Amino acid sequence: MDFELNEEQQQIKRTIREFAEAELAPHVSEWDEAAHFPVDLRPKFAELGIMGVLVSEEYGGAGMGYIEYATIIEELSRVDPSIGLAMAAHNSLGAGHIFIAGSEAQKQKYLVPLARGEQFAAWGLTEPSSGSDASSMLTTAARRAGGWVLNGSKNFITNATFAETTVVLAITDRAAGSHGISAFIVERGTKGFSVAKKENKVGMRASDTASLVFDDCFLPNANLIGEPGQGFIQAMKVLDGGRVSIAALAVGIAQGAYEAALKYSKERQQFGRPIAEFQAIQFKLADMATQIDAARLLTYRSAAMKNAGKPTTKESSMAKLYASEVAVRVSEESVQIHGGYGYIKDYPAEKFWRDSKLCTIGEGTSEIQRTVIARQILKA
Amino acid sequence: MNIVVCLKQVPKKDSILRIGSDGKWIDERDISYEMSEADAYALEEALRQKEKHGGEVIVVSLGPERARQSIKEALAKGADRAIHLFDSVFDTATDSAAVARAISAALKDEKYDLILTGLQSDDYGFAQVGLIVAEQLGLPSATIVMEVQPEDSAVRVKRELESGWFQWVRLPMPALLTIQSGINQLRYATLKGIMAAKKKEIREVKAADIGLTSDDLKPGQVIERAYLPEKTKRTEFIEGKPAEAAAKLVEKLRFDARVI
Repeated sequence: MDFELNEEQQQIKRTIREFAEAELAPHVSEWDEAAHFPVDLRPKFAELGIMGVLVSEEYGGAGMGYIEYATIIEELSRVDPSIGLAMAAHNSLGAGHIFIAGSEAQKQKYLVPLARGEQFAAWGLTEPSSGSDASSMLTTAARRAGGWVLNGSKNFITNATFAETTVVLAITDRAAGSHGISAFIVERGTKGFSVAKKENKVGMRASDTASLVFDDCFLPNANLIGEPGQGFIQAMKVLDGGRVSIAALAVGIAQGAYEAALKYSKERQQFGRPIAEFQAIQFKLADMATQIDAARLLTYRSAAMKNAGKPTTKESSMAKLYASEVAVRVSEESVQIHGGYGYIKDYPAEKFWRDSKLCTIGEGTSEIQRTVIARQILKA
Repeated sequence: MNIVVCLKQVPKKDSILRIGSDGKWIDERDISYEMSEADAYALEEALRQKEKHGGEVIVVSLGPERARQSIKEALAKGADRAIHLFDSVFDTATDSAAVARAISAALKDEKYDLILTGLQSDDYGFAQVGLIVAEQLGLPSATIVMEVQPEDSAVRVKRELESGWFQWVRLPMPALLTIQSGINQLRYATLKGIMAAKKKEIREVKAADIGLTSDDLKPGQVIERAYLPEKTKRTEFIEGKPAEAAAKLVEKLRFDARVI
């Protein structure tokens, strides 16, 4: 058992860190304040190769595994979690769904430009009244000659505003429950498809979150992914991988918050010495570092299992659950260590704190993760 | 056009430096290393020239095992192959002349049109290795280069002089140029580049392979003592009428402190 990243993985980590510190760090507060996602960085993301990390080279991707992917998401999120989130949604969800379940023609037409980083992807499962209970969704796709007509809406969709390609789940056979859900590819500009309200969020503000509206939106048969009724099973597979990316995102947030606290505690003097010399602060730092390590190891384990093609439902849920709760705890402790300066926007602590909360909610709440884990444990 | 780039790995800029127990150099434990900044610009320039004119970029670096990390980075950014001068015998080669002797010997059988080095390293900062390599290989050289324009069998380069002045110089190739930081925009290694670098050659060269013994690598210059700059506080009061005092202050800020 080897706990070290290999030479190439270490180099990827350094490169992404270098990129994030040079290209993202100077703008983090400005993007957060303005709730602006830097779409104009897309060519740089593309050049690095981080928009098709898992996609094989024949479809324009980098053909890497989940360890590399987790490392990339962690390093982006250590500097700007919103960018990490946008990349996770693009890679794991939007592009990931087409990569996992799309036909050859769909991959050529849609996946290649996404993996090359010429376009952004979004993924629409959640609705105003259905989150984890996907089978209660209201969006429908009704058969018409030559295709399907979508009606309904989706909300909390990452990258919604600027994504050129969106994968959407809709009910095609209500009587069949979760087996009556199908997945469709929707191009931006399709008649009857529009992006509605952009959410004004507590954290992850630079990540774009908006709702999608389908009003008699006609899609040709070619846009159906797989067979009718397979959408839910496809989505579960997509989310299995997605959880690894959210775990990595959470580890990145925790790492960023911890490093800020560590730096501050060495600089901040009280009673004539740096506060890092007080045991109260030392114990906090020790707990933070230990929890981050544990979260990262859980994330790497689920990533390694994913690479090995093993079922990871339990392990990726454990990683996502634990890492996201660590992110919330660690970033809160970081605020605490910063004292008054942790509560103002001149220091990075408060932003990590705000951003971290998304991780225990998005792509399955902590409660749902526990349900999934328990189901896996009891099944045995 | 074939270009050799000399790379040095140095302590990272944000490292917290401590003096080593022998008092002659920094404590190298717990320090992260990176490619010296000016060398990174030299590499970038070589890659850009290669993209325009074709050919091969060969990196050469003398250093311990950890230097491989910077060599790999250069290969990931697009260099074609590398020579790593890696041998405990090189450990004594701490001055510019000894390092230059090793590099020149390693390049003896290489075919190149240009050798690029950084203007100076971020650690020792002697700015000598490139020039001594040129001398030993019998090449013309230009320093503090800001722009490189290859012509048929020559190269035109823009050199930085003092006070915002520049100079254009034409040198026959092969030639050696020492590159100034900031001459171009550095690229990042890409995921594809990192994977491609796995298959690129890093030739490890020992002193004996290039006919050198420890005698050839004896430094002519030895560091006696390394120490952190001593901080002292001195307050100077400028007397006189406000206008005169202000004029004196401006003079001091301009010529002593050089901040305006």
